[in-house]
Amino acid sequence: MNKTVNQKAWFLVLPVLILVAFSAVIPLMTVVNYSVQDTFGQNQFFWAGLEWFEEMLDSDRMWAALGRQLMFSGIILAIEVPLGIFVALNMPKSGFWSSFCLVLMSLPLLIPWNVVGTIWQIFGRVDIGLLGYTLDALGISYNYTQDTFAAWATIVVMDVWHWTSLVALLAFAGLKSIPDAYYQAAKIDQANRWAVFRFIELPKMAGVLMIAILLRFMDSFMIYTEPFVVTGGGPGNATTLLSIDLVKMALGQFDLGPAAAFSLMYFLVILLISFVFYTVMTTIDAKEG
Amino acid sequence: MAKITLDNLAHSYLPNPKGEDDFALKELNHVWTDGEAYALLGSSGCGKSTLLNIISGLLHPSQGRILFDDKDVTPATTAARNIAQVFQFPVVYDTMTVRDNLAFPLRNRGEDPSYIAERVQKIARMIGMEEDLNRRARGLTADAKQKISLGRGMVREDVNALLFDEPLTVIDPHMKWELRTQLKSLHHEFGHTMIYVTHDQTEALTFADKVVVMYDGRVVQIGTPQELFERPEHTFVGYFIGSPGMNVIPAEVSGTQAVVNGTALTLPQNYGALTGSVALGVRPEFVNLTSGEGLPVKVRRVEDVGRHKIVRADLFGKEINIVAAEGQEISPDMNHVTFAPDHVNVYVDDWRKEGAAA
Repeated sequence: MNKTVNQKAWFLVLPVLILVAFSAVIPLMTVVNYSVQDTFGQNQFFWAGLEWFEEMLDSDRMWAALGRQLMFSGIILAIEVPLGIFVALNMPKSGFWSSFCLVLMSLPLLIPWNVVGTIWQIFGRVDIGLLGYTLDALGISYNYTQDTFAAWATIVVMDVWHWTSLVALLAFAGLKSIPDAYYQAAKIDQANRWAVFRFIELPKMAGVLMIAILLRFMDSFMIYTEPFVVTGGGPGNATTLLSIDLVKMALGQFDLGPAAAFSLMYFLVILLISFVFYTVMTTIDAKEG
Repeated sequence: MAKITLDNLAHSYLPNPKGEDDFALKELNHVWTDGEAYALLGSSGCGKSTLLNIISGLLHPSQGRILFDDKDVTPATTAARNIAQVFQFPVVYDTMTVRDNLAFPLRNRGEDPSYIAERVQKIARMIGMEEDLNRRARGLTADAKQKISLGRGMVREDVNALLFDEPLTVIDPHMKWELRTQLKSLHHEFGHTMIYVTHDQTEALTFADKVVVMYDGRVVQIGTPQELFERPEHTFVGYFIGSPGMNVIPAEVSGTQAVVNGTALTLPQNYGALTGSVALGVRPEFVNLTSGEGLPVKVRRVEDVGRHKIVRADLFGKEINIVAAEGQEISPDMNHVTFAPDHVNVYVDDWRKEGAAA
């Protein structure tokens, strides 16, 4: 069969190219541009080469923020994934209560980030917040504006409150797709509850759990609004995560060059980790499929 | 191994069954003799699988009791009943190897590892999968998976009963025959009580000592293949078993005489005066095509199926099937049929009526 050659068809992708250029490529290139230049104001720029990148790689501040960021993502994944699975396993499988639970669980997902932050910011205040006031009344010292542990506990619990539903809903979808016959066969084979989970439920949920972990990792690694509203990165720099630090640098101090180098490396780290995730997921699929 | 008694058993999937129609399984009393191989035969949706699931404890019956060797197990869990069941579609544990799949039921019972290894090897040989023992179960073909399911069903020696729910549906015909033979030899070797659900009559008749025929949630007949063939207790049995099924001819019966559309026949037994919807049931194998004697028919078609011929004819406007021997000539003047007298059964409202000696 002869294929019709018509190079004019390339014009059909032009609108998309233009749109993506203006929404992503050009802004990103601006950042690239800033990252290799220096300025002393008056809109005058000088070529700086890779200096900013070198400076950033040497900067304790950035490594500390990266460390906090990894700790934050690690903690919330370690809590949200098992908790989400646990919730999904205990949800009613059908009927009114199943729908009720689904709606109830989706509610936190529908609340805008800064509102979530505000809710917890107020909730945790010792003077007017229910949580803070109660803890204080119980004699437990809790003040997220001054105590590092309290601040971390608050943003971790807030993230768990906000996002465990996502893991639970995905896990629930995975569980629902398991045919009854598997549970029946397991009963016949006299498998105990743990074996049912280990050999039936977990393998069947593996695919959606991978997606849940990937989504939660990316989102938590980029998180900005919620901790910013609650703690503003404090006390001190205790909860200054990567994006908070970036904003401080770029908009607070107006250090455009270092901030641009920082954001490019930030972007590459996320890209790299997501790529590793994706590769691992697809090779596991290929090996077992 | 155990004798299984069903006492007054019935099941409805509705929470508050009103009439009999709401029951998927109608009231049933039956004893499955220890060590016998039964086939449970019936069309789809007649309650076969419901009955199996009740016996294995996957389903709790709406009423009645189940006894294993006279011990009431109705409230017992599936695990406590120690029953093996194989389902219609393959269930394998994807992440395990074939070996681990086969060993799973034994490991769950905490058996000795050397015993497990020996049993797994033996079962793998039976299902012809010794080569694949170290492969992951995921990615195997459907019939390989079903063989694993069968193997898992057979791996425990001490089960009270082995239940098969149409297990060979997805297996190719050659392997089907072989596995069925394996199941029979397993039965001979260990003498498990076996119940084999199928809607394939050949499968049922070759596998089982006794065939249980179910129709519309009810057991209509239990008997040897021979009995089912010669004395179907219900017109459904006559119709379902045999190919083609039994001819059911409406008739009036009184005493030893049957009248079909004005033509009289003599019956070997005395039935007295019958009321209700009365019919004669004659298997095609016992209908003879003649040229003058008997009831008038109009032959429509002759099908040569190899070992015999099937003649499709009209008897007073209703279809009648006749099986003629392979060598038998069928000439155009053959327009009457006679019935082998000993093989005419009389049915009243679909149930067979036993006559008195004439």
